[in-house]
Amino acid sequence: MNIIIQISYLVASILFIAGIKMLGRTKTARKGNIVSSVGMFIAVLATVVQVEAISLIDILICVLIGSTIGLVIAFKVQMTKIPEMVAMFNGFGGLASLAVALSDFWLNTQQRNLGVDTITGVSVALSIFIGGVTFTGSIIAFMKLSGKMSGRAILFKGQHLVNLILLVLSVVVAVFALTDFTNPIYIIVLGVLALSIGILVVIPIGGADMPVVISLLNSYSGMAACATGFVLNNNVLIVSGALVGASGIILTQIMCKAMNRSLANVLLGGFGQTSGGGGTSADGPQIVVKEVGVEEAAQIFDSVSSLIIVPGYGMAVAQAQHTIRELSELCEKKGVDVRFAIHPVAGRMPGHMNVLLAEANISYDKLIEMDEINDDFANTDLVFVVGANDVVNPAAKTNPNSPIFGMPVLNVEKAQTVIVSKRSMGKGYAGIENELFGADNCLMLFGDAKQTITKLVGELKEI
Amino acid sequence: MSAESFIILLYILILASYLGFELINKVPPTLHTPLMSGSNAISGITIVGAILACNELGFVSVSKWLGMLALILATINVVGGYTVTDRMLKMFKKK
Repeated sequence: MNIIIQISYLVASILFIAGIKMLGRTKTARKGNIVSSVGMFIAVLATVVQVEAISLIDILICVLIGSTIGLVIAFKVQMTKIPEMVAMFNGFGGLASLAVALSDFWLNTQQRNLGVDTITGVSVALSIFIGGVTFTGSIIAFMKLSGKMSGRAILFKGQHLVNLILLVLSVVVAVFALTDFTNPIYIIVLGVLALSIGILVVIPIGGADMPVVISLLNSYSGMAACATGFVLNNNVLIVSGALVGASGIILTQIMCKAMNRSLANVLLGGFGQTSGGGGTSADGPQIVVKEVGVEEAAQIFDSVSSLIIVPGYGMAVAQAQHTIRELSELCEKKGVDVRFAIHPVAGRMPGHMNVLLAEANISYDKLIEMDEINDDFANTDLVFVVGANDVVNPAAKTNPNSPIFGMPVLNVEKAQTVIVSKRSMGKGYAGIENELFGADNCLMLFGDAKQTITKLVGELKEI
Repeated sequence: MSAESFIILLYILILASYLGFELINKVPPTLHTPLMSGSNAISGITIVGAILACNELGFVSVSKWLGMLALILATINVVGGYTVTDRMLKMFKKK
């Protein structure tokens, strides 16, 4: 019997790996997700057969509650809110790992009055620590992303020192917990310390850095599962946890690179509070912009043969993605070559913009990543920037004093004409002027993105 | 846990991490959001540990309550994660 269970876990691990491999190609991605879920089903089945019949009813009830909540969230969540949902799920994963490790520890030390060996004990402590940090950290990230809490960085004096002291305390308490099994207070204090650290490490990070934070917390939730695998001596937990941990780390690196920040720089927090101060805007040259009306813009759209649309999160806020699809289809009908240029941090999490555009029914082969499209701007007739600001700011390439200097940006200014749809002359999150708006070939189309583009589509239909 | 079985688990961890890095580096940015929600579902693998923790009898046991809490949370992760990933991937169409 035991060998069948172990082989089932092996099969589940293989299906997770195969599933992730298939998730790497758009054509096979959906199937990959199903393959992975079959793996999960097998792992669950192989576990359920191990429990006593009398516990089955409790297990079933918990699974029913969890499934209902999971399904409701999954079907109801709007695509703009996926980052919040992922943040929350990361937190749940962390807390689940904490609870499983604590449960196992409690059973052995308090209920059965046995001890645990050092390796298991250290794994328990790691599980509880990583799980706890992941849980509260994710809840803070969730609240910042959903606006339930200000996205501003919360900074106070001696913040890093406090974190360091709590970290050292955690190690000390963990040592006590593993030497004196009879007193459960130590392990509980360890949990409380981890939960506090989770809050403290995420509050100093600004809302705009949340894509990095949720990627990192995603990785932590995998590591917590891994540690729990060591507690339970269970291979499938270790394999899956390692896959998730690796995935989160890679996405974290990609996000940091896209913002030209080191991970340490993001984690220490406070960006946008210290850098993008009044200095740059007050001393910088006054930018004179050229405005364009909807009619004139429509004329330009009608006369071009190649168009690149650059969407930013402002587009999603204005709910303009469907009108943009209409615009792109209309232009295509007129024989214009239409593509979308996607900056890695265009959305609120890695790949978010692609999901938003896919939801608006825009074909994924039209969505081109920054590195692939950046050389094409020079031979493009028209670039249409919607709700994007910092990611098209040429100052990132030219002005060493700019807070975003060095950040990879889209070379939109190289195109023949650039039209920017923008609500007003507000600044991007970095709080700096955008030289692009004052460029000779740049025209500003002011107003709510959805309304102006709807009007633009109307005008274009009449031409 | 004996040192031998610890070493075996360590092997698994390192090889699986390496494999994870290789596989996920090849995932295009277009699919990063579904990748993250899909891996979210996979991290719900703690469900296995949670089920075992629920195998304690009697509701006076702290271990059992913790196990049940973990089971509910992990199930939300698994079911919600896979479902929302499928919902997203369904939208990725090539015309």
